[in-house]
Amino acid sequence: MSSVWMHPSLALLVGALLLPLLHGAARSTVALSAPAVAVVLAWSVSDDAVWTWHLMGYEIIPLSVDKLSRLFAVIFALMSFGGTLFALNQTNRLELPAAFLYAGSAIGVALAGDLLTVFVFWELMAVGSTLVIWSTRTSASYRASMRYLMIHLLGGTLLLIGIAGHVVDTGSLRFVVMSPDSISHWFIFAAFLVNAGAPPLSAWLPDAYPEASWSGTVFLSAFTTKAAVYVLLRAFPGAEPLIYVGLYMIFYGIIYALLENDMRRILAYSIVNQVGFMLTGIGIGTDMALNGAASHAFTHILYKALLLMSAGSVLYMTGKRKCSDLGGLFQSMPLTTVCGIVGAAAISAFPLTSGFVSKSMIQQAAAGEHLFLVWLLLAAASAGVFLHAGIKFPWFVFFQTDSGLRPRDPPVTMRLAMVLFAALCVGLGIFYEPLYRMLPYATTYEPYTGPHVVTQLQLLLFSGLAFFVMLGWLRRALTVTLDVDWFYRVPLASLTNAGALSITALTGFVQRTLTAGVTAVTNYVHRYHGPYGLFERTWSSGSMALWMMVMLLAFLVAAYVW
Amino acid sequence: MEKHWLTRPRTIRRLWWFFATVLAATVLAELFVAHEADFSVERLTGFYALFGFVACVAMILFAKAIGSVLKRPDTYYAEKHDE
Repeated sequence: MSSVWMHPSLALLVGALLLPLLHGAARSTVALSAPAVAVVLAWSVSDDAVWTWHLMGYEIIPLSVDKLSRLFAVIFALMSFGGTLFALNQTNRLELPAAFLYAGSAIGVALAGDLLTVFVFWELMAVGSTLVIWSTRTSASYRASMRYLMIHLLGGTLLLIGIAGHVVDTGSLRFVVMSPDSISHWFIFAAFLVNAGAPPLSAWLPDAYPEASWSGTVFLSAFTTKAAVYVLLRAFPGAEPLIYVGLYMIFYGIIYALLENDMRRILAYSIVNQVGFMLTGIGIGTDMALNGAASHAFTHILYKALLLMSAGSVLYMTGKRKCSDLGGLFQSMPLTTVCGIVGAAAISAFPLTSGFVSKSMIQQAAAGEHLFLVWLLLAAASAGVFLHAGIKFPWFVFFQTDSGLRPRDPPVTMRLAMVLFAALCVGLGIFYEPLYRMLPYATTYEPYTGPHVVTQLQLLLFSGLAFFVMLGWLRRALTVTLDVDWFYRVPLASLTNAGALSITALTGFVQRTLTAGVTAVTNYVHRYHGPYGLFERTWSSGSMALWMMVMLLAFLVAAYVW
Repeated sequence: MEKHWLTRPRTIRRLWWFFATVLAATVLAELFVAHEADFSVERLTGFYALFGFVACVAMILFAKAIGSVLKRPDTYYAEKHDE
């Protein structure tokens, strides 16, 4: 197809506007067809389509397509379809329109050809995702959504400063390859990293995402961090700091997930971990590494959504989210268990799953560049992924000690969504050529070699052995683990509370002083001019006549004397 | 209630034996596939098995150490909020 007749984002943004007006079957139809149309549009848009117009002397490019942007637009659209199918039973009427705004904006970022368009959709993503969290309407989710919004508004401000500086430096708004070499580019770099969940602010992600509803977290897992991966791929390929930031995120995710008790928070830490792999790939910066990062973002969206759908199904059917309350569910939720295990196998990069064909490219790229330490840490990290997400999550939720809970598998639309994504996770693991053909750089990489399969199985299965040998050390208790967010949730909060108290005290003092002053003045006025005041007393006509006579007499005397 | 077949002690014993066999098989299989090594450590037979196991034990111990300092009851923030 030579061009595209409608921007793929618009399908979702129009859907977001229509959904609040509709009910019942009409609503479900629109809800499913809007993302389906977005998938078709993103899929069929040609690799050189460009929409341009001029605004105040600048070139605005809301649509600029190449292989990289198309790859992300397609996966964002596909994700919004699967997420919607899963969310059809959601009774909350705000969540789905908010998710459409969020997903449509993520596609907008992926297709943006200029920085102003990136910024606008970047901020709309923050609004949409905040509304998704906020729509749960619990006090915990409200507070989490406000903390989340603060961090993302900070990120948006950094981005705007960076873009303004970039325009001053270069005179152009075009979204081009940059490097962290000027102050404005550092601002843009930092803004992208905030959304990627990079340190020191990684805590916003596991803090906020698990507070959304059973269906909301599925949407949240996909867009913000992967849109950040996309813009980093486009703007900062080969930026070396990303290797170290990525490696830090990988191990941060593993360690915190190992300590976590909330099943969806385990998976949220695991998002930080997975995005760490992608950033490391972008930092390595060779064609293979960038292909690895891009394809890993693609496969990650699918298996992380699948994992969160299985967790969401458990939450939907049991109302419980803590590992210490769950266990033994495989007996009554066989389909959810199998889908959860497929997602877990894919995130762990088992052969025949999507993770195997994407993650190994990043690992291989590190070896290709002779980065021994990076390669070794990535191997340890792959083992750690199996440990915290691949085995800990399904083990504590579906197996371990029997909790006695016997929920059934969730309703049909939720089951369909899980089966669809499970099929994609396995399908891409076997038929990976279509995915490889969509990647930004040509590749001849062959994931299924004898040594690769054997060594990967060794690495993973012996990690599994370590899990069961050390199981006593991994027992879950009712705990949270402090993170950087502690600084703004406890001391900074107390400080602002103290500040608020002293402001209250100060305004109280000013108010009391003013009131006292005004009262004194009014009392004074009242004393002389009030109903009984000296100057306002009523006088008897007799005394008035007397005084009149006195004054006339005085006048007479005065006239006579002078 | 009848115990699910997967939870019976006999099944679990068999599963352990099964997994032990699979683990051994993955190491033995290495002898039959051509090595492609970018780094010399990869040429050691069973390197990935040993490295995976040791790395996981190390990460669990490290998490335990971090947890002993940073873990709090999960009502921690709720209580802070009520103050």
